[in-house]
Amino acid sequence: MAFNIIVLAKQVPDTRNVGKDAMKADGTVNRAALPAIFNPEDLNALEQALRIKDQYPGSKITILTMGPGRAAEILREGLFRGSDDGVLLTDRAFAGADTLATSYALSMAIRKIGDFDIIISGRQAIDGDTAQVGPQVAEKLGIPQVTYAENVEEIDETKVRVKRRLDNGVEVVECKLPVLLTINSSANACRPRNAKFLQKYKHAKTVTERQSENIDYIDLYSARPYLNLTEWSVADVEADTTLCGLSGSPTKVKKVENVVFQTKESKQISADDSEIEELMKELIANHTIG
Amino acid sequence: MNNLFVYLEVEEGLVADVSLELLTKGRSLANQLGCKLEAIAAGKQLTDVSMQVFPYGVEKLHIFEDDRLSPYTTLPHTSILVKLFKEEQPQICLMGATIIGRDLGPRVSSTLGSGLTADCTSLEIGDYDEAKSGKSYKNLLYQIRPAFGGNIVATIVNPDHRPQMATVREGVMKKEIYDQRYKGEVVEHNVNDYVSEDDFVVSIIDRHIEKSKVNIKNSPIIVSGGYGVGSKENFNLLYKLADLLGAEVGATRAAVDAGFTEHERQIGQTGVTVRPKLYIACGISGQIQHIAGMQESSIIISINNDANAPINAIADYVITGDLETVIPKMIKYYKKNSK
Ligand SMILES: Cc1cc2nc3c(=O)[nH]c(=O)nc-3n(C[C@H](O)[C@H](O)[C@H](O)COP(=O)(O)OP(=O)(O)OC[C@H]3O[C@@H](n4cnc5c(N)ncnc54)[C@H](O)[C@@H]3O)c2cc1C
Ligand SMILES: Nc1ncnc2c1ncn2[C@@H]1O[C@H](COP(=O)(O)O)[C@@H](O)[C@H]1O
Repeated sequence: MAFNIIVLAKQVPDTRNVGKDAMKADGTVNRAALPAIFNPEDLNALEQALRIKDQYPGSKITILTMGPGRAAEILREGLFRGSDDGVLLTDRAFAGADTLATSYALSMAIRKIGDFDIIISGRQAIDGDTAQVGPQVAEKLGIPQVTYAENVEEIDETKVRVKRRLDNGVEVVECKLPVLLTINSSANACRPRNAKFLQKYKHAKTVTERQSENIDYIDLYSARPYLNLTEWSVADVEADTTLCGLSGSPTKVKKVENVVFQTKESKQISADDSEIEELMKELIANHTIG
Repeated sequence: MNNLFVYLEVEEGLVADVSLELLTKGRSLANQLGCKLEAIAAGKQLTDVSMQVFPYGVEKLHIFEDDRLSPYTTLPHTSILVKLFKEEQPQICLMGATIIGRDLGPRVSSTLGSGLTADCTSLEIGDYDEAKSGKSYKNLLYQIRPAFGGNIVATIVNPDHRPQMATVREGVMKKEIYDQRYKGEVVEHNVNDYVSEDDFVVSIIDRHIEKSKVNIKNSPIIVSGGYGVGSKENFNLLYKLADLLGAEVGATRAAVDAGFTEHERQIGQTGVTVRPKLYIACGISGQIQHIAGMQESSIIISINNDANAPINAIADYVITGDLETVIPKMIKYYKKNSK
């Protein structure tokens, strides 16, 4: 038994460590000041795919990412950890996509990849926190989805058994293949890079990267075809441009504001017994407590 | 036609709080728009749903009763909403940003090509001028939500596609009875007209759902702990104070991530939103994502050994000191002065 697995992974700005300089004076985000990382839950998704491959050698993992040219980083990170192939979907026409336009583009690329048994995405990306792209890709492909997945318990040619982690419990479900799973951060953490794969793939590049960096190892890339990372445009995946990017996005951003909180005139109290006793008396007297 | 719909989550015959909160918001938006408020319930044991939701001003309740619809699975619920929306052409659809709403919403919006905004913290009605096309739109739903990890707030609109869909987390909207005696209309649909056999491809093998034991959302006093509490043992200090005051214990994400307390106590953008009478923040720095979930508390006390902790700016009382000495003193002087 072997499975064709597609992992959806996104390169995101690290919104968890937003420092002072990450916000511009006008309240907008200075993306340049945030490091770009592999979306955390997409690493959990990759690990799940790798575990299926560990169990069923011969399975093939393809990472698909949509983003600017530098998102090819994500494909290499995947190869360093054990994925077999990577596809970068990149085109000006994809810019400004909301989740629906993103899902449409990804689904067209998946159709072009063709053969798949299981698609694994992260539950949500930390830049938008929407958790919409997984289910929307499944819908576009007309396949079922299992969200909030924590672990694939069993898989065979026709079906998969998945443990879901819900807010207040767990659910085990069974679904026929092909299916799309979205993986929670509570799933297994991703394994580190493997030294052997790092050696093998460190020069893996997309066509654009090779051109822009003026790399002149034509022989290297023809002798080792696995170093060529696939790069597709709107035309390559035969997508309808009106459904892509900004024009394919039903949702529009009307405005963006900085967050401001109402500051209050506060009463300063020290840790001295007398001051704390005063405070407790005051709170009892005005019926806040007691 | 063109009404506002709320998808109800029903578990064991009981309508979830988040759905009732959305009905309250939906009622006021519908009044503003001059349209009707309608609700959808799909599942089993739905007999009492009408009684529960009519006081919130639901004018029409769509019932889809079938044992196969509960527990929830994606495809049959999607099929129901998609077909119903094609028939009814709602202008707005609201859902809870729950495990269910976040599974169902995107699937439905993708089928209808309608767009969806997740985790809104505010919903308003307003106009929109599109700079590029020069078109103006009246009475759109402003879907307001934090973006970029909560550092900014974005207002999203769906000018051309319907329904305008949004999800909202539990506790963000306030639940309020509209009229205790209000009665709407019930429409019982034939489920087989809406779902097909193929929709039942996911089978639930096993399910352990525990009812939440903590109810911080409705507690008038919350003693909340942050990373500064330092340990699980130190959290006991907070429980002691909370017991004495009849309060619940809340926490920041940093405290939950450190394993000091349970996830269900997390307050903030990705936890629950609370608005108690009194909020006692112990060892909490006051990052945007935490403040987003508690800023509407009437009175805020901050206990922090850093006099410049950001939370102090929104606090009514700032106690500068080590919580390990301050909290025992609060307990002592409360006991001494309370009767
Ligand atoms: C997308 C996103 C969503 C998030 N959602 C949430 C959310 O829902 N809720 C949430 O809380 N956070 C959330 N966060 C995390 C948030 O940004 C902060 O990391 C978190 O709130 C910090 O928690 P804290 O105040 O407990 O910890 P810290 O920032 O580490 O603060 C600890 C405080 O304790 C004080 N202290 C230390 N020792 C003592 C002592 N002995 N006595 C008194 N004071 C002491 C320190 O001075 C400090 O002010 C989110 C982050 C992101 C990116
Ligand atoms: N541009 C993208 N390229 C590849 N995968 C994506 C992209 N955007 C979203 N995804 C996948 O969809 C998941 C949910 O994203 P979101 O709906 O943005 O929260 C992510 O964890 C990824 O697995």
